[in-house]
Amino acid sequence: MGYVAVKGGQKAILASSELTGYYRLRHAPGSLDVGMLPSQMRFLVDRVMSEAGFYAPKHAALALKQAQGDVYEAAFLLRAYRSTVPRNHVSLPLDTQGMRLIRRISSAFRDIPGGQILGPTFDYAHRLLQFDLLDEPPEAIAQVLKRVEDRYSAEEDQEPALFPRVSDFLREEGLMAPPHPGAGEEEPFDITRFKLPFPAPRSARLQTMARGETGAMVALAYSSLRGYGAVHPTIGELRVGYCALILPYPLENGESVYAGELLITEVEAINGFAGTEPGEPVQLVLGYGVSFGQNEVKSIAMSVLDRALDVVSGTEPVHDEEYVLSHIDSIESAGFISHLKLPHYVTFQSELDRLRTVRQTPDTGSREGIR
Amino acid sequence: MTSPYNFAYLDEGSKREIRRAILKAVAIPGFQVPFGSRELPIARGWGTGGLQLTLSLIGPTDRLKVIDQGHDDSVNAVSIRNLVVATTHIETTDVTDQATIIQSRHRIPDDPLRPGQILILQVPQPEPLRHVEPREAQTRRMHAERDYSAVWLGLYEDIVRFGQITTGADYPAVVHHRYMIKPTPIPRWDLPKLHQAPFLTLLGAGRERKIYAIPPYTDVEPVAFEDYGFETEKFLSACRLCGSREAYLDELWDAKIQERIYQCSDTAYCRKRQTEIGKGDI
Repeated sequence: MGYVAVKGGQKAILASSELTGYYRLRHAPGSLDVGMLPSQMRFLVDRVMSEAGFYAPKHAALALKQAQGDVYEAAFLLRAYRSTVPRNHVSLPLDTQGMRLIRRISSAFRDIPGGQILGPTFDYAHRLLQFDLLDEPPEAIAQVLKRVEDRYSAEEDQEPALFPRVSDFLREEGLMAPPHPGAGEEEPFDITRFKLPFPAPRSARLQTMARGETGAMVALAYSSLRGYGAVHPTIGELRVGYCALILPYPLENGESVYAGELLITEVEAINGFAGTEPGEPVQLVLGYGVSFGQNEVKSIAMSVLDRALDVVSGTEPVHDEEYVLSHIDSIESAGFISHLKLPHYVTFQSELDRLRTVRQTPDTGSREGIR
Repeated sequence: MTSPYNFAYLDEGSKREIRRAILKAVAIPGFQVPFGSRELPIARGWGTGGLQLTLSLIGPTDRLKVIDQGHDDSVNAVSIRNLVVATTHIETTDVTDQATIIQSRHRIPDDPLRPGQILILQVPQPEPLRHVEPREAQTRRMHAERDYSAVWLGLYEDIVRFGQITTGADYPAVVHHRYMIKPTPIPRWDLPKLHQAPFLTLLGAGRERKIYAIPPYTDVEPVAFEDYGFETEKFLSACRLCGSREAYLDELWDAKIQERIYQCSDTAYCRKRQTEIGKGDI
């Protein structure tokens, strides 16, 4: 009987775990080198770090290997590991204006001070399968590396340039709404230590979205663009680059120490004044998106949702703060969806009891067709 | 699993934070206390709320029992027990009476618990008003105003449409005449066990980030009408293994004899009764 199958749980779990390991390795020419993932699977590593809210490329690579490529599972592994790590420091706010850019584009202006940098992107690549990647000899690899490194080695010696933000010129002209009240002044809310309150402070919104699940956020933002929402922005600026992480030096007031750099993607989306809320001045309004790694679609989606959540007069899901923020965390959504696989014998039995009782209850006249 | 992790997985600061939330929950019976729920190595929706309560309370001398659907050996119960043991090396037991902490999903043991034992229930959805009001900001206000009319109305509509209250498991109750709770999907059979119970019940919802409690000797009253009262599940026959008519039963289909048969959902209770009546182990 099926009943017996759920007994012997201990044995079943052990055997299942062994089998999962077996499926990872069967037909494999060798063990996957984790060191290759942060470069050759960098978008995957970036996505996992971003959705886990944990910047650690090596750990993310290990999680992906262990999870056999399951992104939900890998982000979950990292997030669970994060629970065991004590928080020793709180960094200073990242200075994204001074970041070492590898890519910077604007869809609003052809010429932006500092210029546009196309950088590494698939945007204009033809999506043709490159069969020569099936067999990539070391000489070919060396050739690619040398060609590019020779070209850029001269530039790297220069002082990093400061790239002013596109939104800043618009603000100087008075066309762009000022930053959110309290931005940069208030102590940010911490979603890892407190339950998200509603209405949520903007810092909590941004944190929730910064580690939100890419697919969920892209779907919601897309729904706004298609018509189930009032937000359809222009990208003022999308920048990808390395940002210095600075910690306050604990032993001396006012001093700070450089801890390393993070690759991030930052998006400022400009929303037209047509979508301005009643009572707001007629001006352009920013939506902001940011995430660990090179995660462009997610960061753009976040910038759409950031603005959408401010449009409180909207009735579509994308304008509903609780709806958006409660359903974009992959650890929570995937966890709860998969809990349906757990046994529900007791509750189902209870429901059967009700169903049988109702069917035996004399008809009250309002239940045609139930029997 | 052992060496790189702290005793009971979570760091001490997190455990202390959870214990503070527990104290608040005990002080305000039935009130859902929000807390900074941590991610654990088991999935959200699989008992992380209950597990965080267990991990924050457990000490080296505790003895833990974990059940799922009443079974000690159900896969998820095994998985949760293994995690606690791997990070604490404490003793576990199947015997209800020997446990100091009992973590459970969907059941309260059929053997009565005694004073001093702690029952920890895993909760998927703690909010009794969620099915009538999806917004947390609203339901918090409704609790503050003790506005439970929508739930009563739901029961009334049930009676009009079906001639019965149709809620199966997770039947709403009012704790000590103040807060309405969802008792987590325990069957209605188990709900009366919480009324004036001699033990402490803690309920944890990890994904929804809520902890609530039913302290010992607290009134727990199922929501019902005078003329349409609260009813527990009824079973047509006794347990085929131990003959009990005082336990919640699982319904099975015996293909051999082409008949519906029943046996205890609480395997520890059933095994004990079988020993008592001299029938030996399953």
